[in-house]
Amino acid sequence: MLVIKDLVKQYGHGEAVLKGLNLSVEGNTVVSIVGASGAGKSTMLRCINRLVEPTSGSITLNGTELVNLKGGELRRARRKIGMVFQGFNLLDRLTVMENVLAGRLGYVNLFQAISRRYPQADIDRAFYLMERVGIAHYANKRADELSGGERQRVGVVRALMQDPEVLLADEPTASLDPRTSEQIMMLLQSLAAELSLPVLINIHNVAQAKTYTERVVGLRHGKMIFDGAPVDFNKEALEAIYGGIEAPDEELAPPPPKEASHGVS
Amino acid sequence: MASPDTAPVRHWKKPPFIANPLLRYGLLVLAAAYLIWAFGSLPFNWARISEGLPRAARIFSGGFPPNFDRYGLLLTGFKESFQIALLATLLGVLLSIPFAVMAARNIAPMPIYLVGRAIIIVSRSFHPVIVAILFVAAVGFGPLAGILTLTLYSIGFVGKLLAEEIEEIDWGQVEAMRAAGAGYLATLFYAVFPQILPRQVGLSMYQLDSNLRASAVVGIVGAGGIGGTLMNAFGRYDYDFAFAILLVIIAVILLSEGVSGWVRKKIW
Amino acid sequence: MVDHAERLADRVWQRYDRKERLIRYAVLLLTLMLVVWALRDIDIFWPWVWDAPNQISGLAGRMWPPSPAGLANILSALLETVHIATLATFLTIFLALPVAYIAAQNTTPNRVCLWIGRFILVASRSVNTIIWALLFVAIFGPGVLAGILAIVFRSVGFIGKLMGEAIEEIDRRPVEAMEATGASKAKVIAYAIVPQVMPAFFAIVILRWDINIRESTVLGLVGAGGIGVILQGSIDTFAWPTVATILLAIIVLVLIGEAVTSLLRRKVL
Repeated sequence: MLVIKDLVKQYGHGEAVLKGLNLSVEGNTVVSIVGASGAGKSTMLRCINRLVEPTSGSITLNGTELVNLKGGELRRARRKIGMVFQGFNLLDRLTVMENVLAGRLGYVNLFQAISRRYPQADIDRAFYLMERVGIAHYANKRADELSGGERQRVGVVRALMQDPEVLLADEPTASLDPRTSEQIMMLLQSLAAELSLPVLINIHNVAQAKTYTERVVGLRHGKMIFDGAPVDFNKEALEAIYGGIEAPDEELAPPPPKEASHGVS
Repeated sequence: MASPDTAPVRHWKKPPFIANPLLRYGLLVLAAAYLIWAFGSLPFNWARISEGLPRAARIFSGGFPPNFDRYGLLLTGFKESFQIALLATLLGVLLSIPFAVMAARNIAPMPIYLVGRAIIIVSRSFHPVIVAILFVAAVGFGPLAGILTLTLYSIGFVGKLLAEEIEEIDWGQVEAMRAAGAGYLATLFYAVFPQILPRQVGLSMYQLDSNLRASAVVGIVGAGGIGGTLMNAFGRYDYDFAFAILLVIIAVILLSEGVSGWVRKKIW
Repeated sequence: MVDHAERLADRVWQRYDRKERLIRYAVLLLTLMLVVWALRDIDIFWPWVWDAPNQISGLAGRMWPPSPAGLANILSALLETVHIATLATFLTIFLALPVAYIAAQNTTPNRVCLWIGRFILVASRSVNTIIWALLFVAIFGPGVLAGILAIVFRSVGFIGKLMGEAIEEIDRRPVEAMEATGASKAKVIAYAIVPQVMPAFFAIVILRWDINIRESTVLGLVGAGGIGVILQGSIDTFAWPTVATILLAIIVLVLIGEAVTSLLRRKVL
């Protein structure tokens, strides 16, 4: 269970990006966080695994307070928080398998990491997960030879290799074409169910958020202004979140029919 | 958690950098053998080397604090180095133009191209200090040898870059001049030089900087400038003066690098 | 109204042009004055200058034809030169990488290390190889060790500076991803930084090796080993045909070095 309380983040002396955010996520819910650029979505996600240092507030994951951790303790906590990035953030010049195994870096020792001698259990799990998402045949290919959708699958598998207790996804589909991004969203949804894992997804595309997640959280100017089921996310909520900032058409489009995206595994 | 043992046990090893194991280990062994051989075959005078540390201590304690008392000598040396660098840059940059024309594939006839290339290759192969020692032997000690050395050095460097620049010019302008009935020289002056001139100015600034650095060292073999002063100070065990010279050399080089970079940014 | 604005713009443009032209003339005048001063002030005995072409062609005449005597000696000295350059480049790697690491803004542990690293790079780069050699010959006596150390001390600055720049230019995102997995600093370096700078590393080392071959040909002139020792010896004894052979040998060596370099570059990168 992830609990965020009164989270504040301020860069320098400017206006705070997050202004006292409260959010709790339990079980294996898939939560989407929507909001315009600059609303603080990415900052919030990065505060959870402390890639960004929160200014004040509290974040607990299954009872462990994350905000004050340092050094080795922080690293041990990060192992339990998987993250998927917008730009995939792969190690381009390494093979797919090395990228996937890099998810275990928090567990293995330095010698194992450098010599690539990972425990057999890790390798088995890597193959299992890669097969699950359909990239096992690329194991020895360089990561930069893959297509966008395949690269994001590598990113997802790497995060899952951490054996995480929560999965964070920062705009995981923003760099992908519409069809591929549907596939990745479906993948995240089904993996969350299979691994009974709570997932937080930052997403720009409201239609996808409503289709693939069970709960929608809307941010504006660092404050939560919507929290509820996708069915309750109506035009007023949309207006409240995006109103006056931008008027993207796609958010108002009806969600695509589910059977249209059957490309996953 | 889904259990991984639904999949059969599989092994994975990082694919090696070189696929062929024979070649991979062969290269490693070869490299190790070379290092051992090279290290073993070099004539180290261990007895003399073992005296090194006390000597180093003596040199550094003799060198600190650096002694600027003979600033007159220091100034004269630097003045001469600067004069050498300036005159050599001017001569070198001017002379590099005909050599660059000779060494440009697209505008020089084949035999002339080969001669031009050969001159540039030869002048680039020799370190300026080697050229300096030859000029000292030919024209005697002093700044003249230094100027000749750095002129040749500039011709090699600027000439090569300039020749490459000429090879990449917009050929249309040349054709236009030829169509207008211009002769070879007229074509050069109206269609080729205007295209390479901006680059030449930047290169000259770069070369002045690089000649100033080089002029500090050609003096070591007697070709004038601060290098000779430094060599003398070392020779007479005047380490405090030598370190003073070294410090000023470093300062001047940093300054010249900064100025040259600034000017090039301004005019580029 | 339009007319007025146009005239104004015209005037502004003209003034700027005049200023630019003025600067141009000033720079030209300054350069001319500097050259005149340099020519009048420099310590040159002018009759020698007019005689220089004679002297140079005279020397060239004495060198011709190159003498093959002592070729075995020359070849072994060339080999020594190559050894000095290679060993020095190899040793430099171990010194330059840590310096590059602390001198790169995104990996340096703290500001003190950053400035120490930058100081090392600047000190190494501003002192020419042959001046380093002078210093090490004074310390360790004439011989190859002084030569190797001189090349190492000069190359640390070169490789360190370029590697530091390569580290500063890496893609930050994989680093972030590795940090997010809970990897320690060393593992982040091994996985996210090392693979990214590897191509630059090979290119820089190969480039420096090529430069070091050239530089090690002159070490001998101050007694620091290699082909320069016998070059100096032959010049001192006026053995000009041998000097010519040595010069030819150096050209061949440098050309071979260039060929090997371009071959390596194609194979490795």
